[in-house]
Amino acid sequence: MARTIIPFGPQHPVLPEPLHLKLVLEDEIVQEALPAVGYVHRGLEKLTEIRDFNQMVQIVERVCGICSMIHAQCYCQGLEEMLGITAPPRARYLRTIWSELHRMHSHLLWLGLFADGMGFESQFMQCWKIRERIMDVNEATTGNRVIVSVNVVGGVRRDLNDGQLRWIGSILDQVEAELKALKKPLIDDYTVKKRTVGKGVLTAEQVYELGAAGPTLRASGVAQDMRMTRYAAFDELVFTPVVETEGDCHARLKVRYRELLASIDIVRAAMRALPEGELAVAVKDKPAGEIVTRVEQPRGELLYYLKASGKKNLDRVRIRTPTFANIPPLLAMLPGVELADVPVVVLSIDPCISCTER
Amino acid sequence: MLKDFIRSSRAKSPWIIHFDCGSCNGCDIETLACLTPLYDVERFGIVNVGNPKHADVLLVTGTVNHRNKHVLKNLYDQMPSPKAVVAIGACGLTGGVFREAYNVLGGVDKVLPVDVYVPGCPPKPEAIIDGVVLALKKFAEKQQAAG
Repeated sequence: MARTIIPFGPQHPVLPEPLHLKLVLEDEIVQEALPAVGYVHRGLEKLTEIRDFNQMVQIVERVCGICSMIHAQCYCQGLEEMLGITAPPRARYLRTIWSELHRMHSHLLWLGLFADGMGFESQFMQCWKIRERIMDVNEATTGNRVIVSVNVVGGVRRDLNDGQLRWIGSILDQVEAELKALKKPLIDDYTVKKRTVGKGVLTAEQVYELGAAGPTLRASGVAQDMRMTRYAAFDELVFTPVVETEGDCHARLKVRYRELLASIDIVRAAMRALPEGELAVAVKDKPAGEIVTRVEQPRGELLYYLKASGKKNLDRVRIRTPTFANIPPLLAMLPGVELADVPVVVLSIDPCISCTER
Repeated sequence: MLKDFIRSSRAKSPWIIHFDCGSCNGCDIETLACLTPLYDVERFGIVNVGNPKHADVLLVTGTVNHRNKHVLKNLYDQMPSPKAVVAIGACGLTGGVFREAYNVLGGVDKVLPVDVYVPGCPPKPEAIIDGVVLALKKFAEKQQAAG
């Protein structure tokens, strides 16, 4: 059988974003996948030459709309370390609460898209219905549904009062009950298992060598989570990474599902332990030096490299996002997969092309 | 008679296609949220399709750059006329916060004739639905003009 090349993307019904893969097929089996990126490249890192370091917070938030809060958190943490200041304890806890809420809405979004990718549309609707509760919390506490813009260099801009904390607690109870009800029709379902078990398998050695990050890494049995580096409030909160060992699409589904429940517990614990005090410290100096800072994004490890020389503009901002790290594992997963399973395998790494290309 | 039926159906139950040009995903997930139970645009007969040849309204989010402008133009050309274009979000309007970045050409109207502009960063799903409804009026006008 001659080889055929089938283009996948840039505009494809299961992809909300333009990613282009050339799939080299023999019969229905993928032999090789060749990626082509660049459809979303904007050149954000260079904007640091015209925006000062405070304005860059708003730019890095828009690297990715799904995990905007976490990008800004990483950037601000790096600059705070460079400036030699620490955000007040209340700010660190509030950052943790908002970042975990972001992780929850991102994972729910992904659960829905993944279900849609295998043609399970009613589950897509269910997941997005649950997600709207988290979006309500974002809107009520920060003023915007998606790009919440709560971080500033030195702390946070907004506070949560007792009434809001109680209300968030009641929303989390609802979300938890609804998520537990999802387990049977989504995780344990016969058809879902048929579509996901044994698809796109990577062993622990393979993912480690290919440099995967986040749930893609943890689904193959490597317990690596940047929250173990104890940034923000994680130095005081109990945290254990969620690990599965099978390394297939179903394991990635289970990791994200269990992380959702883990995030609910983290938010609850952070709300219980929320200390009183200031929201932000004043920034007086200009940053100087070099720094690498890492946080855990919904998709994996996010790394910022910042370089400054005492001016109001930074010299260099380099962002390494988890999807960039997860593309080589994806290309290793695809050979041997049937064409009909390609959307499921591609979605299983939770691709965020906007992050990757910036 | 069939022609009249198709004509009224296209304006009463428009099929939309969504293309992410160079957006940060904020507008994309809000556009997708319009399809889900809380907002549920399907009650207006609006269906999201993946094939441009089936679509009446094109929703574009994000900035245009040198690479994706060909994809965008290609999608638009494949849609049957009359057709309407909705630009969503600050980036789709002017380039937004990225307007000074080196790989950004600007808003969608640099490449396509845009009928409705939906501002916001990102706009709320209500605003996007409103934009689509406005686009439908323009769509009906275009149908009239085409006869």
